[in-house]
Amino acid sequence: MYPELGQLALILSLLLAVLLSVVPLAGALTGRDSLQAFARPLASGMFVFTALAFAILTHAFLVDDFSVAYVANNSNSMLPWYYKFSAVWGGHEGSLLLWILMLIGWTLAVAIFSRKLPSVMVSQVLSVLGMVSVGFLLFIILTSNPFDRLLPNVPADGQDLNPLLQDIGLIMHPPMLYMGYVGFSVAFAFAIAALINGRLDAAWARWSRPWTTVAWSFLTVGIALGSWWAYYELGWGGWWFWDPVENASLLPWLSGTALMHSLAVTEKRGVFKSWTVLLAIVTFALSLLGTFLVRSGVLTSVHAFASDPERGSFLLALLGITILASLTLYAFRAPVVHVRSRYGSLSREIFLLLNNVLLVSATMLVAIGTLYPLVLDYLDLGKLSIGEPFFNTTFSPLAVATGLLLGAGIFSRWKKTDGGWLARKLLWPLAVSLIASAAVMIGYGGFAPWAFLGVFAAMWVAVATAWDLWDKSASRKGRWHGLKRQSRSYWGMVLGHLGLAMVMAGATVVSNYGIERDVRMQPGDRAMVGDYEIVFTDIGERRGPNFTAQYGSFNVYLDGELVTDLHPEKRQYPVGMSVMTEADIDAGLFRDIFVAIGERISDDAWAIRLQYKPLVRWLWLGSLVMAIGGFLAIADKRYRIRVRDEEAVKSGEPAAPGKVAEASS
Amino acid sequence: MRLLPAFLTVLMVLSGPAIAEVSEVYDFDTRAEEQRYQQLISELRCPKCQNQNIADSNAPISKDMRDEVYRMMQEGASNDQIVGALVDRFGEFVQYKPPVDNRTILLWAFPAIATIGGFLIVAGVVWRARRREDEPPLSAEDRARAEQILASQSDKADRR
Amino acid sequence: MKRVLLFLPLVIAVGVGIFLFAGLGKDPTKLESVLIGKPVPEFSLESLDNPEVQLDPSVFQGEVSLLNVWAEWCPSCWDEHEYLMYLAREQGVRIVGLNYKDQRESAFRFLNRLGNPYETIIFDPKGTLGFDLGVYGAPETFVIDAEGVVRYRHVGVVNQKVWEEVLLPVIAQARGNS
Repeated sequence: MYPELGQLALILSLLLAVLLSVVPLAGALTGRDSLQAFARPLASGMFVFTALAFAILTHAFLVDDFSVAYVANNSNSMLPWYYKFSAVWGGHEGSLLLWILMLIGWTLAVAIFSRKLPSVMVSQVLSVLGMVSVGFLLFIILTSNPFDRLLPNVPADGQDLNPLLQDIGLIMHPPMLYMGYVGFSVAFAFAIAALINGRLDAAWARWSRPWTTVAWSFLTVGIALGSWWAYYELGWGGWWFWDPVENASLLPWLSGTALMHSLAVTEKRGVFKSWTVLLAIVTFALSLLGTFLVRSGVLTSVHAFASDPERGSFLLALLGITILASLTLYAFRAPVVHVRSRYGSLSREIFLLLNNVLLVSATMLVAIGTLYPLVLDYLDLGKLSIGEPFFNTTFSPLAVATGLLLGAGIFSRWKKTDGGWLARKLLWPLAVSLIASAAVMIGYGGFAPWAFLGVFAAMWVAVATAWDLWDKSASRKGRWHGLKRQSRSYWGMVLGHLGLAMVMAGATVVSNYGIERDVRMQPGDRAMVGDYEIVFTDIGERRGPNFTAQYGSFNVYLDGELVTDLHPEKRQYPVGMSVMTEADIDAGLFRDIFVAIGERISDDAWAIRLQYKPLVRWLWLGSLVMAIGGFLAIADKRYRIRVRDEEAVKSGEPAAPGKVAEASS
Repeated sequence: MRLLPAFLTVLMVLSGPAIAEVSEVYDFDTRAEEQRYQQLISELRCPKCQNQNIADSNAPISKDMRDEVYRMMQEGASNDQIVGALVDRFGEFVQYKPPVDNRTILLWAFPAIATIGGFLIVAGVVWRARRREDEPPLSAEDRARAEQILASQSDKADRR
Repeated sequence: MKRVLLFLPLVIAVGVGIFLFAGLGKDPTKLESVLIGKPVPEFSLESLDNPEVQLDPSVFQGEVSLLNVWAEWCPSCWDEHEYLMYLAREQGVRIVGLNYKDQRESAFRFLNRLGNPYETIIFDPKGTLGFDLGVYGAPETFVIDAEGVVRYRHVGVVNQKVWEEVLLPVIAQARGNS
C-alpha cells in the first residue's frame, strides 16, 4: 500500500511543481502580488510530498519489501541496515529520487532565505526552479518509477546491493555530489530571472554568490569522496581515471569555480555581467549533461547506471529544452551595452578574467576530450579512446598556469595595480617558493620537470597566500588582532586557495614519486616498496555478516622498525556470487602504504599488490580545506543584511558603495 | 516486460566495476623495466570492459594482452612496437593515448588554442578599457550641453 | 560585444546535442575489426577432430565462409548454435569453426549435444589465433572470402536478424567479387 502512496506523492509534487512554474512567474510579469505570494507555499508543499515519497522508499528498503522491484534489485535481507538505507540511492531510480529531493530542497531553501529579496525576483527564481523540477519529476514518473511493483510474484529475497557499493563512501558520495550538481540550479535560476526581468546588476551578483559558493563546496566534497572511495575500495590505488563519469562531475566544478570568481568581479565592479550570466547557465547545463552521460549509455564507463535508450532520449530532450531555451533567452536578453568602467591591465578584474580563461579552457578541454570519441564515431572516422595519457599531458599545464596566475593575482588590486610594485611584491614569495620546491625535489629523491612545475605552482600559491595574509594582518594592536579582524569572506578565500595548493601538491607528488609493484609472495616472504619492507606473515579465513573472506597478515617495516601490520582480504559474497578484494591501507599524513591480495598463483603463493603513495591524502584533505573555505565565505557578516538597508534592498537598488565589505575576495 | 530492464540493470551493476585483482606476477630484470611494464599496461585499454585499462581488468582478454606485453618486452620491443602490435589486432580503441593525426590535431592543440585565444581576448578587453581611459568621460558636445543646463539651473536659483 | 556573438553558445549547444542524439542507442562496446580487407593472419593449428592434421589459412581458399569463434564455456555460444546448424544445413553456408581457449573433451561434448555445423574446426586452446584476429570475447563470427581475406567481423550471437541484415549482404558481396 505504501509504495502506491509514494507514487501518489510524486504525482502531487509534480502538480505543485507545474503550478510553481506558472503562477508566481505570471504574478511577477503582471505585477500581481497575490500570485507571487504562492511561490513559497508551493515550494513547501512540493518538498513535503517529495520528502514523503523518499521516506516511503526508504521504509520499503528497511522493512525488506521485495514486492517493490527497485528494492528487490538493490537490497537483500542479509544486508546490514545502514547499507539498506544507502541502497535507496544505489540504483538509477532511487538516485534520481534523491536528486529530485535535493532540487526541491534547494528550492525550499531559496524560498526561506530570500525574504529580504524583492518579491518579483524571488517569484521568478522559484518559478524557474519549479520548471526544472517539472522536467525531472516527469522523467521519474514516466520512465524511472522507483515504486514499480513485482506483484504477484514477490521474490523471496533481493538481489543484494553490489558489494562495491556496500561502503561508507557510497553512503556519502552521491548525496554530496548531488547537492553540488543540483545547487548550481539556483545560480541558474537567478540568472534566468535576471534575464527575464532585465535587472542584471551588482545586486543580482551579490544574491547569487552565496548559493553558488555553497553548491561549489558540496560538489568539491562530493568529488573528493568519490576519488577517496575509488582509491581504497577498487584495489588499484588510483584516485582519478579520467573516466567519462568522473569527467562529468569535474566539468561543472571547473565551470563553477570560474563562475564563483566571475561573480566576485560583477558584484564588486559591475562588469563582465553577460559573461557571468553565461557561466551560470553553462555550469548548470554541465550538471545536466553529466546526468545525461551517466544514465544514457552513450559513453562507456564503469560508473554508469544501466543504459536505456528510452531514458536516454527523455533526458536528452529534458537537457535540450532547458539549455536551448536558456541560451536563446541569453542571446536575446543579455546586455551588450558596455559599462563605462575602467580597469588597468594588471587590475584584479583582469587577473580574474584570466583565471576564467584558464578555467574555461580546462572545462572545454575535459568536455572535448570526453565527447571526441563520440564525434569521431558519428563521422565514421574510427573508434578512438581518450584517456589518462591525453588528459595528463594537456590538463596539467593548465592547472600549473592557473596556480602561477593565482599567486600573482592575490596581490592585485581592483581597478589598477602598479606593475613595478607588483613585481617587487612577488620577489620574496618567488625566492621562497623556488627554494622550497627544490627542497621537496631533493627530499623525494629526483628531479623531474613536470614534478618541479607542479610542486612549484603549489608552493607559489601557498606562499603568496600566506604572504598576503601576513601583509593584511599587520596591525598596531598586534598580529592576533590583525588576524581576527579579517572577514570570514577573506578567510574563506585563504582556505580555498591553500586547499588548492594542497591538492596540487598531492597530485604532483603521488603521480611522480609513487611506487607500484605486483609481487609473488608466500607467507614468510618479504618485498620492498620504496623504503618500506613488507613481510607476508600469514593467511587465514574469517566470516563477515554477508560474506566469507581470506584474511592476510602483513607487517610493514621502515629502517628495521615495525611501522604497522596490515590485513587485506578477499571476500566472497554468496548472494551476488561476487568476489571482492579489500585492500588494507596504512594511512598517513605524508604517505600511504597500500597492500592488496590478488589471485592465488600456486598452492602457497599469492599475487600481492604493494603501493607506496606519498602525499596522497593531501588530495582529499586539500579538497576538504577548499570546501571549508567555501562554507566559511558564505558565513560572512555582509550576507546578513542590516535592518537599515532592508528598504533599499526591497526596492532592488544595489547596496551603497560604502556598505560593501572591503574584504578583497 | 518491466522485469527486463530491471534484470538488465542488475546484470550491468553486478558485472560492472571489477575489482582489480592481480592475477599474475612477472619477473623483471630491473625496477625500471618493472615500472615500464606497469606504465604500459596502464595506458592500454581492455577491449571488452567498460572503460578499464588492462592493468585493472580481470577479463581473460586483458590477461592475454598483459602476457603479450610482457613477452614483447622480453624480446626487447620498444613501447611503440608493443602498442602498435596490439593496435594492429584490436584497433586504435585499445590505446588510451589518441594518435596525433589529421583527425586529432584539433584535440591535441586545443589547450594551446583556447588559452592563447582567451589571452588575446583579454588583451583586447584591456586595450579597449585603456582607450576608454584616454577619452574624457564626456564628449565635447555633451560637455557644452551640461554646462548650459547647469548655467540655467543656477540662474533659476539666483532669481529666487 | 555584438549581439551576434551571444548566439554562439546556442549554436555550440545545438551541435553537441546532435552528436549526443546520434550516440543514443549505439553500443560503444562493439568494435570494428582492424583486419577488414586483410588476409587471415598466419597460423598453424591442429584440427579439433584429428590432431594429426595441421590447418593453416589455406583452409579458407576457394569458397566464401563464416569463421565462427566458439567455446563450450561460452553461454551465448550455446544460444546461437541452433541457428548455425540451420545456416549450415538449410542455407548451405560453409562454416569453419574456431574452438577458442577450450579443451578437446568439452568441445566434443558440446558438439555431440548440439550438433556440428562446421566443415572444419580449428583447435586453438591457447587462443593464439583468436588473439591475432583481435577476438576479445566469444562468440564472434567473421566473413572470410574465397581468397582468405577478412571481410567483416560480427561480435555477439548470430541469429536471423543478424544474418539477414548484417552477414548475408557481406557474403553476397564477397561472392559477387570472386
